[in-house]
Amino acid sequence: MASSIPTTQATESAAHAALARRRRTGARLFRIGSEIPRPAYTAIAALSFILPLLLWCFFTYSGRANALILPTPTRVINAAIDMYKGGTLLPDIQISVYRIGMGFLLSALLAIPVGILMGAYKSAEAAHEPLVGFIRYIPVPALIPLVMVIAGIDEAAKIALIFIGTYFQMVLVVADVTRQVPRDLLNAARTLGANGRQLLFNVLLPATLPGLLDTCRTMIGWAWTYLVIAEVVATSSGMGYMLLKAQRFSRSDEMFVGIIILGVLGLLTDLAFKLIQPRLVPWADLNKN
Amino acid sequence: MTETPPATRIMPAPLIPAEDPNAGPILRVEQVGKDYPTKSGALTVLEPTSFTMQTSELVSIVGPSGCGKSTLLHIVGGLVEPSCGSVYLDGVEVHEPSRERGMVFQAYTLFPWRTVYQNVQFGLEMRGLPRKGRERIADKFLEAVGLSDFKNHYPKQLSGGMRQRVAIARALANAPRILLMDEPFGALDAQTRAVMQDLVLDIRRRERITTLFITHDIDEAVYLSDRIFVMTARPGHIKAEIHVPFGPDRGDALRNAPEFLAIRKQVHELLYEEGKAVVDAEIASGKK
Repeated sequence: MASSIPTTQATESAAHAALARRRRTGARLFRIGSEIPRPAYTAIAALSFILPLLLWCFFTYSGRANALILPTPTRVINAAIDMYKGGTLLPDIQISVYRIGMGFLLSALLAIPVGILMGAYKSAEAAHEPLVGFIRYIPVPALIPLVMVIAGIDEAAKIALIFIGTYFQMVLVVADVTRQVPRDLLNAARTLGANGRQLLFNVLLPATLPGLLDTCRTMIGWAWTYLVIAEVVATSSGMGYMLLKAQRFSRSDEMFVGIIILGVLGLLTDLAFKLIQPRLVPWADLNKN
Repeated sequence: MTETPPATRIMPAPLIPAEDPNAGPILRVEQVGKDYPTKSGALTVLEPTSFTMQTSELVSIVGPSGCGKSTLLHIVGGLVEPSCGSVYLDGVEVHEPSRERGMVFQAYTLFPWRTVYQNVQFGLEMRGLPRKGRERIADKFLEAVGLSDFKNHYPKQLSGGMRQRVAIARALANAPRILLMDEPFGALDAQTRAVMQDLVLDIRRRERITTLFITHDIDEAVYLSDRIFVMTARPGHIKAEIHVPFGPDRGDALRNAPEFLAIRKQVHELLYEEGKAVVDAEIASGKK
């Protein structure tokens, strides 16, 4: 009892219980599918960044690493400051974000309606899927010469490459998301008197919304990949160009700045989606994914 | 908000106008069969089956799994095209789903992006009813299934039993001629199922809605039905018709009455043979 004077036995058993509890928590970290306490999750996540950072510091500041290849964190920070002051860093980020935004937006604007039609109607699937399957397997870099011939080397070419890289993947995923809408949901709507157009707009479209957001979240990652490919090949601005320039002048510190900024931008986009999702589809069972 | 409910429950007037009981059958199923093409020839799921239903009747179809009872219901609903035969509702042949044949499915089919209130209004909205009228009807039927306080909940916030209540309200709000229920309580636990069965009886007494009910639960069939059709194992057809003479006023006490148990035993024996046939066939095909 809590109110009685604790005997040695009682304290001992309490200590045992505490120990056992701790052991159970420890065991839970390595049990498949088991939830872990929130602080433990945060701590592990933080460690996954801190540990590589510490190793980086250790190898560079101790002089164990080749300074030409692996710069010290101090040098990377200084390089970032210099690049910012030099007035190229922000415009490079801006132009890259603009290209991603346009390429991805165009791709989503087309892939979402076309994908939903493909998922909903077999005829639309037959009309588009084999073609998409063909183009999808062509590596995007292989299309760069052709795109440059057609679209030149200015903004249109980069946006076109991002579009090509994401559209043909996205349209298939959207079609799949649409096909996964439970048949019974559509059947229920039909027995309630919904006609074809109503099924499409009042059932299929809202039903796919959570899946569509997930798709966009994945696809924007692909868009970054194709952006850097496009910018490395033919351009005089953007994040890809920044990296290429750094390579030409053997500025490993500037490369690190570029890489870290790309990582942070990706992380921020992902975070934005995570914040938008529960607001846009508050009804969705997000744990199900 | 609605006014405070009276202490004793007064049976409200039926929301769907009553029918002349002397009119002909509301539903006629004539020689309806279904087979599916497979690599090794056509697989017959349902042999040509015929029956009729009178207005306000509740008919259950019981049978072993795979006997085609669910297919039969889907054909009546217009969701599956029969391989032969026809279904007539009020003398008009059925070709596609319509709001005249409201359906409640075993799987949860509420629209997850709509609140309970919006779900119940779905059919009315598709018909272009003005908001005021829709809400009035939805309020009535939500009250009928006891979920007035859950109007603004999303389906994910409801238990399985509550979701099926909403699904029933949603189908009824559309004023169907007949209600088709496909093992609607199959996924619920025994206690919830018993409560839901009383809800079905309650709604029947109020609305006198004609109901075709698919189940594999013998107790459920006997407790709810005016007539029970027992189906054979696949390829299914109706093997026996059993009249349940208890009238519309039934309650939980009936479950232990000797008359109830006698009918229950009769259905059980008919079904047991079929169940055994299914298992034997499965074992035999496994040996091949």
